[in-house]
Amino acid sequence: MRDAFIDELCRQAEQRSNVILIVGDLGYSVVEPFAARFPDRFFNAGVAEQNMLGLAAGMASEGCHVFAYSIANFPTFRCAEQFRNDVDYHQLAVTVVAVGGGLAYGNLGYSHHAVQDFGLMRLFPQTLIAAPGDPLEARACLRYLLDHPQPSYFRLGKAGEVAVHPEVPSVAPGQWLQVVAERGAASARLSTGTMLHRTLASHRERDTPLPEDLFTMPLWGAGCKDSQAAQLARYGCVETWEDHYLDGGFGSWLREAAALSGSPTRIRSRFLRPDQTLGHTA
Amino acid sequence: MTQDLARRIRINALSMVARARASHIGSALSIADIVAVLYGDILRVDPRRPDWAERDRFILSKGHACVAVYAALAEQGFFPTEWLDTYGAVDSPLLNHVSHTVPGVEFSTGSLGHGLPFAAGKALALWTRGQTSRVFALLSDGELDEGSNWEALLFAAHHGLSNLTAIIDFNNLQSLDTVDNTLRLAPLADKFAAFGWAVREIDGHSHDALREALSAVPWDGKRPCMLVAHTVKGKGVSFMENKVEWHYRAPDAAQLEQALAEQGGGADA
Ligand SMILES: Cc1ncc(C[n+]2csc(CCOP(=O)(O)OP(=O)(O)O)c2C)c(N)n1
Repeated sequence: MRDAFIDELCRQAEQRSNVILIVGDLGYSVVEPFAARFPDRFFNAGVAEQNMLGLAAGMASEGCHVFAYSIANFPTFRCAEQFRNDVDYHQLAVTVVAVGGGLAYGNLGYSHHAVQDFGLMRLFPQTLIAAPGDPLEARACLRYLLDHPQPSYFRLGKAGEVAVHPEVPSVAPGQWLQVVAERGAASARLSTGTMLHRTLASHRERDTPLPEDLFTMPLWGAGCKDSQAAQLARYGCVETWEDHYLDGGFGSWLREAAALSGSPTRIRSRFLRPDQTLGHTA
Repeated sequence: MTQDLARRIRINALSMVARARASHIGSALSIADIVAVLYGDILRVDPRRPDWAERDRFILSKGHACVAVYAALAEQGFFPTEWLDTYGAVDSPLLNHVSHTVPGVEFSTGSLGHGLPFAAGKALALWTRGQTSRVFALLSDGELDEGSNWEALLFAAHHGLSNLTAIIDFNNLQSLDTVDNTLRLAPLADKFAAFGWAVREIDGHSHDALREALSAVPWDGKRPCMLVAHTVKGKGVSFMENKVEWHYRAPDAAQLEQALAEQGGGADA
């Protein structure tokens, strides 16, 4: 997925001269294609995430769309206030890109587990979260963000995620993107990010014969919480899947959306528990 | 000319904080001369076109000293001076930390340590585009405790951002005590020089010195410029000068009267 992201970024940068990539001294064997093709639009800010985000905001204030790339918690928690004040408040076109969502870097330890990042990034009212489930969703999300420049958080898996969709889907904030449709389904599974693969696998292996629909939501955030009522109303039960803690996560976001709209749909959630990360590897 | 602008900045700033019962008058008086010389003589800006693409960019990183900048912007015609009278009211456009929703303000600050990285980003973008606009950032000395500044200092020097000038309001006072008693910065100019910036040190209340230094940037044509401006917190009001309490207090009616009387076209103002 990382490679699809960089490939798409290169393609888009070909047409859009305002695309800038800043990395926080990370991205070995990923970002080189961009750096090679656009040497004057590629910067390594060094191991200095606060400055990286400030720089990104400053460049975006001059019309650039800046992608600030790092891994796990470094471009989010380490510089959360720079994102809050400089990027989100000023409504600037900065996309923070974090590789290694969830436990993708599991054996690197807790420092590299991005399991609270949704909780942080969905606090920002102007910010859109992109958590693609496969390389095609990654391309779709990237195109969407370039067409709708805004503060955004792009959560990538690592490498090796296979394509689920047959082609690049069209995506929109809060949209449920259908992966499996079964006739007469009264319940649905809804995943965000690379949990799509686990959801799909568990859907195929499930022992209940009841029909069930499967969706992924690659784009969501504070600004589209009020768009969920119609989708929720189609099902008696929805199960969310995410590689993130329950608190502040995607399932919590959907619960808030359901509660705000008075939806009677029952929501169950699959999520990571702290004991799966603290003191443990994946 | 800039002496008169500085005088009007001080008068406005004092009246604003007195009316609003707001803090930070000492911080504003400390930079009144720097801001006056910038807006009076240095910055290429156009009050009728605050977004003019070719303008110079000015970032106030010590956002708590906003009244000095609001006053300067109003005096230069960016918005009506009557707005200044609303300072402190709930619906005032002029928030108590400098706010980008105000015409002429590039960037909202209030949390210290954000201005220099942002300014460096602007300088980098302008340079990448081949634009000749310059970026000026005004920082406090206590603010230099924040590591983000040192990250930006490294970056700007490494990339030779000669279109970036930082000014340090070195008044040697911060929130509770002197800089020397909090986290020593000396030898400050040497630190900046060691980081690869072109450095000059001046009296930050001397308009001639400010003008001479700021009109000559970039000093060596290839490095970012750092102007260490030695100042006095509360400058221009005898009983406020160099007193921590005037980081917080607002003058009462009698104090305001005395403070304004001291601005009457005297030697400094
Ligand atoms: C990140 C951050 N921490 C703390 C504060 C609270 N604060 C406001 S002004 C200030 C220090 C004042 O001293 P200095 O920075 O030297 O500015 P001066 O008032 O002397 O201009 C502090 C700690 C803040 N605004 N931002």
